[in-house]
Amino acid sequence: MSDALLVSTRKGLFRVVRGSDGWAIGRADFLGDNVSIAVTDKRSGWTYAALDHGHFGVKLHRSKGLEWEEIATPTYPPKPEGLEENDMWGRPIVWSTARIWSLQPGGPNEPGVLWCGTMPGGLFRSTDHGDSWEMIRSLWDHPKRPKWNGAGFDGPGIHSIIVDPRNAKRVWIAVSTGGIWFTEDAGKSWAQRGDGMRADHVPPELTHDPLAQDVHCLTQCAAAPDRMWVQHHNGIFVSSDEGRNFTEITGVEPSVFGFPVAVHPKDPDKAWFVPGIKDEKRIPFDGRLVVTRTSDGGKNFEVLANGLPQSHAYDVVYRHALAIDETGDRLAFGSTTGGLWVSEDEGDGWSMVTHTLPPVYAVRFA
Amino acid sequence: MAKVAFTQNIQRHVACRETVVSGSSVREVLDKLFTDIPRARTYVLDDQAALRKHMSIFIDGELIRDRVHLSDAVTETSDIYIFQALSGG
Repeated sequence: MSDALLVSTRKGLFRVVRGSDGWAIGRADFLGDNVSIAVTDKRSGWTYAALDHGHFGVKLHRSKGLEWEEIATPTYPPKPEGLEENDMWGRPIVWSTARIWSLQPGGPNEPGVLWCGTMPGGLFRSTDHGDSWEMIRSLWDHPKRPKWNGAGFDGPGIHSIIVDPRNAKRVWIAVSTGGIWFTEDAGKSWAQRGDGMRADHVPPELTHDPLAQDVHCLTQCAAAPDRMWVQHHNGIFVSSDEGRNFTEITGVEPSVFGFPVAVHPKDPDKAWFVPGIKDEKRIPFDGRLVVTRTSDGGKNFEVLANGLPQSHAYDVVYRHALAIDETGDRLAFGSTTGGLWVSEDEGDGWSMVTHTLPPVYAVRFA
Repeated sequence: MAKVAFTQNIQRHVACRETVVSGSSVREVLDKLFTDIPRARTYVLDDQAALRKHMSIFIDGELIRDRVHLSDAVTETSDIYIFQALSGG
């Protein structure tokens, strides 16, 4: 059971803790700075925070208490002279870290290992708690990587990294847009995964191309790793074979559109989503903020609204802003309008911690 | 030697005091500067060692032209200002 949350926002990092009176903001760091994601590595006790200083670029910091230290930032290799590589608008792709979009500790038997996903599509690995980073060239140099595209951002980015709890050399990543990619040799070689997903915003001949899929979030059940859930630009997809094949889930009210997905760590059939009106509006239906939950693998869904604002709520929940703790009892999410809610009963009821945070990018149990 | 001054906004991240540096191009000046203040390098230059998109460098009141190779000429009496463009919210 986790009693602490890391909440990354447009204007700072907030540590939210559960005391005798409930959940409250306990500490604020990097006030005024754009924190794209933060995570605590429970193996080592280090907390990592990725900052985007805009003019001054992306930086990484780490802490084991009150003090933070700036550490190495993943750095792209020199772009070969004469190489022409343009984005979908014809502009040159700059080989430079534009955003740190995912940070994922490695497996239990590799204590210093961290994975880092960035824009414009570079994946990096550290073996020394972030003192240094190595780009995974096998993925960056893959002939299909230049076909990745930007979606909500100008360039593509790696937003989901999943390390197999049974074997840490097996890693899945998801790209917006570029689909799902899998390695079973710690990044030496990669294969595309994700048959069965469907993109309706591309020409018909690309609709079912795994490379064309705009996966918003990929997650895996820790106790049953064969089961993966995807919140996709088009809807909800579920896999029972480690992401090789997906089945689309349809007919979910009020919507199948959204950004995050959380799966219960022990029950692969139980998953949560935060729906919104797709995709040109991206606000809750009828101004009602709700969470949807399936408990039977996607056959049926419940709409969970107890404790959530049901009138003129325009909260959007980004892909990293819904979290579940290791017991599966506690969930938390933060919104673009600065709301933060926690549930201690699998989403049946929610309590608001605050509604005055800066726009929330990421929520993680610490 | 050229005089180099930084935007105030960088100071809360990295202390960069006004200083004098020798060199005949912006690249040479910056390379020497970052030998003394290594942490400032990634705040001013991107991963390809080009000037960051929203940074600007003035030499005697003129914006530099070569933001990639930083080849603009610098003289012994140049005043160099490293600023950030105003943007964001």
